[in-house]
Amino acid sequence: MSIDLSQFFEVFFEESFEGLDAMEAELLNLEPGDLDSETINTIFRAAHSIKGGSGTFGFNSVADFTHVLETLLDQIRNGERNLENIHVNLLLKSVDCLREMLGALQVEQEPDLTESNVLKAEFESILNISHGDAQESSSPINSKSLDTYQVDFKPLHHLFKTGNEPLYLFNELADLGECSVSSDLTDIPDIHDIEPDECYIAWTFFVETHENDTKIKEIFEWVEDDATIKITLCGGLFEDDEPTLEQDKIVEERNSEVEVEVTSVKEATSEKNKKPTKTIGESTSIRVGIDKVDSLINMVGELVITQAMLTQLGEGDMTENKQMALKEGLAQLAHNTRDLQESVMRIRMMPISFVFSRFPRLVRDISEKLGKEVELKLIGETTELDKTVMEKISDPMVHLVRNSLDHGLETPEHRIEAGKNPVGKVTLNAFHQGGNIVIEIMDDGNGLNTDKIKSKAIEKGLIEESASLTDDEVNDLIFLPGFSTADAVSDLSGRGVGMDVVKRNIHALNGSIDVTSERDKGSTFTIRLPLTLAILDGQLVTLGKHTYIVPLISIVESLQVDLKQINCVGGGVDVLRLREEYIPILRLFQIFNHTGAIEELDKGLLVIVESDNQKVGLLVDDLLAQQQVVIKSLEANYQKVDGVSGATILGDGRVSLIVDISGLIKLAGLKRAGSQKLAIDKSILESG
Amino acid sequence: MEQTQQQSQQINELHSPSVNQEDIQQFLTFIMDEEEYGVDILTVQEIRGWEEITAIPNAPVFVKGAINLRGTIVPIIDLRLRFGLTSVKYGPLTVIIVVKVELKVGSKIMGLVVDAVSDVYSIGQQQATDVPDISKSENAEFVHGLVNVGDKMVVLLHLERVLNLLRETEIDLLAG
Repeated sequence: MSIDLSQFFEVFFEESFEGLDAMEAELLNLEPGDLDSETINTIFRAAHSIKGGSGTFGFNSVADFTHVLETLLDQIRNGERNLENIHVNLLLKSVDCLREMLGALQVEQEPDLTESNVLKAEFESILNISHGDAQESSSPINSKSLDTYQVDFKPLHHLFKTGNEPLYLFNELADLGECSVSSDLTDIPDIHDIEPDECYIAWTFFVETHENDTKIKEIFEWVEDDATIKITLCGGLFEDDEPTLEQDKIVEERNSEVEVEVTSVKEATSEKNKKPTKTIGESTSIRVGIDKVDSLINMVGELVITQAMLTQLGEGDMTENKQMALKEGLAQLAHNTRDLQESVMRIRMMPISFVFSRFPRLVRDISEKLGKEVELKLIGETTELDKTVMEKISDPMVHLVRNSLDHGLETPEHRIEAGKNPVGKVTLNAFHQGGNIVIEIMDDGNGLNTDKIKSKAIEKGLIEESASLTDDEVNDLIFLPGFSTADAVSDLSGRGVGMDVVKRNIHALNGSIDVTSERDKGSTFTIRLPLTLAILDGQLVTLGKHTYIVPLISIVESLQVDLKQINCVGGGVDVLRLREEYIPILRLFQIFNHTGAIEELDKGLLVIVESDNQKVGLLVDDLLAQQQVVIKSLEANYQKVDGVSGATILGDGRVSLIVDISGLIKLAGLKRAGSQKLAIDKSILESG
Repeated sequence: MEQTQQQSQQINELHSPSVNQEDIQQFLTFIMDEEEYGVDILTVQEIRGWEEITAIPNAPVFVKGAINLRGTIVPIIDLRLRFGLTSVKYGPLTVIIVVKVELKVGSKIMGLVVDAVSDVYSIGQQQATDVPDISKSENAEFVHGLVNVGDKMVVLLHLERVLNLLRETEIDLLAG
């Protein structure tokens, strides 16, 4: 009987990655010298599961590598070796390495073994040194001579169902030393009563080994609950030699069987390799707390009851009493639907600790590299936000934290000079505010150097030399494209692709980012994000008989145009002069090729919108209501439409399209190249 | 070239001797400009009456816009305009056939505006005749085969191609 193991691959990978995350987190908690046995046990268990799983699925490279890792952990756990800093570093590196190997396997590629081989060699060298140490110093048990243990292993019938394969255990047992086995077949029922997936056989082993009985116990650790295991020490050699040989043979035969299986798995994987590799993008499954699912089921139950009630009311003639009840029922239905919508939204919500959890490691690595001492403080880890938002916010946050560490915090010497605590502090804080989630990244470093930023901006031609700016305005300059004040390009930051990318990514999520900074006290970056990407605050506007939605977040103001304020720059582009700013006007109906809309500037309304630091005025007929809209994809069944970011369904069931401001600006620039661009550039210069 | 390969493959299929149950295909037919066209009934999701459509900016002329199909945004394509026929005013008989097609980019749900829905026919592969050499006509690639039902002729459509051309028009638009 062959079971297609590949159906469990995804589960294995997910669990392994979780295991690795757990290992990483615990490793960071480990303080050399101060050993908490629970922590090391957690790490050990995670490593052991990965080893077991990868062995089962035929990922031998992973299993082999995890094995050396586990050996070291085991020695530390048993107190045979003291935990040193190099161990932690090595283990962290191997966590990274394992993650890469598993990642490669997940997309059905052969993992790159160079890294793991280097690490393996390091492990082995450590293990070898200590083997000498350990044997001399600590455990006298280890150096003892050959002992024979009798192991009685009587699995419960359901052993296979728990996913355990005794053969693997036996092989591991056989690795310990000379091994013989006899099996007890008395439990096997009549052929008609045999359940093919139950285990009826019990085994007795005689193992001749240098190891102590804990080693043997460890092998059976995972089936403890599914079998009765008795390990006894018997003196001397085997009494009966004859059956031993025979049974040895059996073990050997089984061994060869296993090998065959393994090679077939290998063949299978290499076959898979020939297929075009598929790429796995954002993870496709989420874990949902059972409480959330329960509440959903409750609500659906309520909904069904309400629906049944309404159906009943709908039967027969309508009386006045019935009408009252019907109204009540409808109110209840509305209530239920809203609750249901909220609960469904909550399923997508996950605590931000999923993002935060990667920072301790990052901070540790970077601060080590920079020679700075840093204390990382995480606040509000349980704040929930939408999973898609979370996946997209993590890179910008990493960038910001790196910046804080690299540019913000000073070296310990400088800090002592400035009379500060030599240990710098970086704080990540997340909380809800209104319909938004706010994430703050604070450091107590030297703050932004406004003079330096200003001179750099002048040097790059981003502002005029004579421009007088407030400190906050100067600080905002760092978000302009191509701006980097780092004197030297370092490995960490200062490559010029910096804050503007961060800002763009956050804008893509309909969020915003601000910075406040005080000289020598530190700086704070504040990211504001909508709780979910599925809902958007929109302003409904009309163009003839068409209704469009403009994201409220990008609207600066809306006004009626006074023709005196309009200048026509050559090339037919109208520019509105508004409080010393020159704002190009886009006639939305023209860009979208609609007819029947108001064409005169003074008859319609101008909606001033901002995107990527460009302000433009959109000419529309009229403004309607503001409302929250659920974003639907237009691309799913059609294709990308320039100037439109998506669609939504209005209260009356009609489809309405959502305007994509930055796409619109591009579209307008494409249609009327040259003059338009100049005008926009000019307006930035003047406004900046 | 590809066309001829396709045709020869079709001929092979037609001349295969065994008549299996699988060879029988059901087609939904509809009327357009007094011609009857057929699409594989398994691609048809539902048939809807005419309703107001939200225009999509800068879309090709045959893309009339998008409708809300129980929460999904579905683009609507006027087949008359797609085939270069004269358009008619939409009336009470005008229907939208909602189809689901497997394109290279994944499966898409789209609506086709046609004059009226006609009938459902079960058609064996044997009955379908080869497309006559009309390869010069620009609509030839949309035709999958011709079939006689009684004294009528039904044009079986190659939906994937009818609906896939969106991409090319997009390229055309950019080039123009």
